[in-house]
Amino acid sequence: MQASALLPLAVAVPLLGAALLAVIGRRLPRVGCDVLATATAGATVCCLVLLLGAGGTGRATAHLGGWPADIGIVLVADPVGAGLALLAAVLVLAVIVYSWRYFDEPSGQHAGVFPALILLFEAGMTGFALTGDLFNAFVFFELMGTAAYALTGHHVEDRRPLHGALTFAIVNSLAAYCSLLGIAMLYARTGQLNLALAGRSLATGHGGVPVTVAFVLISTALLVKAAVVPFHFWLPDAHAVAPTPVCMLMSGVMVELGVYGTARVYWTVFAGPGGVPPHAFRTVFTALGVITALVGAVMCWHQRHLKRLLAFSTISHVGLFVTGVALLTPAGVTGTALYVAGHGCAKAALFGLTGVLLDRYGSVDEYGLHGRARGLRLVGVLYAVGGLALAGLPPFGTGLGKAVAEEAAGTWQPWLPAVFVLVSAVTGAAVLRAAARVFLGAGPRPQPRPHEPETTGEGEEPEIRSPRRALPATMPTVSALLLLLSLLVGTAPGLAVALGRGGERFTDRQGYLAAVTGTAEPALRGAAEHTWTGSGIALGLLSAALACLLAAAAVRLRAPAGFSRVVASAVTPLRRLHSGLVGDYVAWLTVGVAALCAAFAALR
Amino acid sequence: MNGFLPFLAAGWMLLVALYGMVTSRNLVHTVGCLAVAQSSTYVMLLGAGYRRGGTAPVFSDTAPGSRPVVDPVVQALALTDVVVGATVTALLLALTLQLRKRHGTVDPQALTGLKG
Repeated sequence: MQASALLPLAVAVPLLGAALLAVIGRRLPRVGCDVLATATAGATVCCLVLLLGAGGTGRATAHLGGWPADIGIVLVADPVGAGLALLAAVLVLAVIVYSWRYFDEPSGQHAGVFPALILLFEAGMTGFALTGDLFNAFVFFELMGTAAYALTGHHVEDRRPLHGALTFAIVNSLAAYCSLLGIAMLYARTGQLNLALAGRSLATGHGGVPVTVAFVLISTALLVKAAVVPFHFWLPDAHAVAPTPVCMLMSGVMVELGVYGTARVYWTVFAGPGGVPPHAFRTVFTALGVITALVGAVMCWHQRHLKRLLAFSTISHVGLFVTGVALLTPAGVTGTALYVAGHGCAKAALFGLTGVLLDRYGSVDEYGLHGRARGLRLVGVLYAVGGLALAGLPPFGTGLGKAVAEEAAGTWQPWLPAVFVLVSAVTGAAVLRAAARVFLGAGPRPQPRPHEPETTGEGEEPEIRSPRRALPATMPTVSALLLLLSLLVGTAPGLAVALGRGGERFTDRQGYLAAVTGTAEPALRGAAEHTWTGSGIALGLLSAALACLLAAAAVRLRAPAGFSRVVASAVTPLRRLHSGLVGDYVAWLTVGVAALCAAFAALR
Repeated sequence: MNGFLPFLAAGWMLLVALYGMVTSRNLVHTVGCLAVAQSSTYVMLLGAGYRRGGTAPVFSDTAPGSRPVVDPVVQALALTDVVVGATVTALLLALTLQLRKRHGTVDPQALTGLKG
């Protein structure tokens, strides 16, 4: 099939499946819902694989309804965008298979609602990754948001899911409206909603304050979705309370779509003359990325709630992705794309394994579970492997992505690779520490610290009705397969080459414009080959070894009292900022927008 | 100066909404403030498409080109925006209702289960 026919299908198939499930789900038996959902998710994956095959390493476009780009909506698939949509589709398929027997509820009138919402979520994500139109991106953004809010609050009987879902929805929707204000300002200036055409129109102007403000406002929603500090507060709360399959999707790909959106909007609209100068973007976003990575790593290390721990590790990795994209080089984009693919699979696998713990013991608390999961040997091994993958151990995809991004970052600022190594070591170490305590019972049982601001993982509402049944075989199997996929991202020979070309395409403004307007695309410059290098392997091994050392030290050694006091006095204020109050989070959002405006004004 | 007025009005509405959300003690009020924030986007969109002396872009009784019309694109956008906003507001109010039913509170500052 032609790429232009496949592009709309990638959005329409999951939408159709969701509508079908919502309408006839209550009449179907449970198996029927599962089969329908799995078939739809599988069809979407096939559709995107065919699309990537048909498009090759070039761009495919579809002008919906036959309207030209300045009137209608254009869908554009380049290797990075379509690849991200494929990652979303693969994770959705994994999640649907994972949750086959996970929920015995919902039943009765609400059967089929959960998979329908998951498919709606998928449609939003693929649409967002493939659209070439700013307002259309906003609509898909809200579609994926609304589905995610509803999924987060899926357990409406419990207090905490309601709290987490409300915070998530209020902060994200507010940011989306800020973004819409930015889109309106851009439209007022350019008269265009198409990304490429708006960029071309901006290039004839002289920039100025309105353009900068429009860029900051449009970025707000994307940075909130990407959970960049100080817009990140909703993410750990939402992840702590969302059902495990939803966490797999949110951490695995939804958050990364925010980074993708920021990069796409910057490159296609604001990168040219009359936009936002590249040196300002590079400085501001590298700073944002590094701060996010460090804050995420510190907070991750101090969690005992396993889902919150993984959520903060996502924040910290997002910081690295933002840093990679902010380099504004094809190599940075390629490295980040590889890193996102490897990280998405590994993180989804880790959440899946945490779901096994929740299913068996009704708790995700590192302290409470100490030594209790000794019987789940295979799950323990997989958990440790996931931790090592997170730390960037070669030959996992995370390792390759980290190596490529590190090398690209090191050519600009020699100290940036140290941030990559440190952050991946700390986040990997936190996971390994938890694995050692939960699955091996290593070290003394940690004492609870009631005076500290923290969320325990105990007293969770079980996600299943009868905790005495056998463990569904799909749960560990899907997690193992996801880890294998993460390994494949790092070892499959063609992928790094294809994404290398994808990075070139992504950073090629003129080519994007030509593809959208239907004129001949300029030929691609020779793309650099990105593959494993000696230094990349060495740094990957270094961060994995550091992670193991840190985890062992945390489990076995007792820090001297003076040292603990100093650390606590530094970290406790940071932890207090994560107050769970939606008013505080809105205030931080406002501060963040104002700070971004000030930073771009200072660097003009 | 007149050209900037809708932009200033939209910015002011956004600030009012932000203030309300930061200080809110009732989730229904918070959701209302979110709706105010959204209304600022309507003002901004319609302001961006306004033409002085323009009429509605409906060509059943005016010939195209005979007199200026306001930009129909932003009106379509505002309409979509209304739909999106209605969905989000409905969902948020449903969650708030559920919270009131199960836990007897709608004060966002009483929700302290998630921190650190």
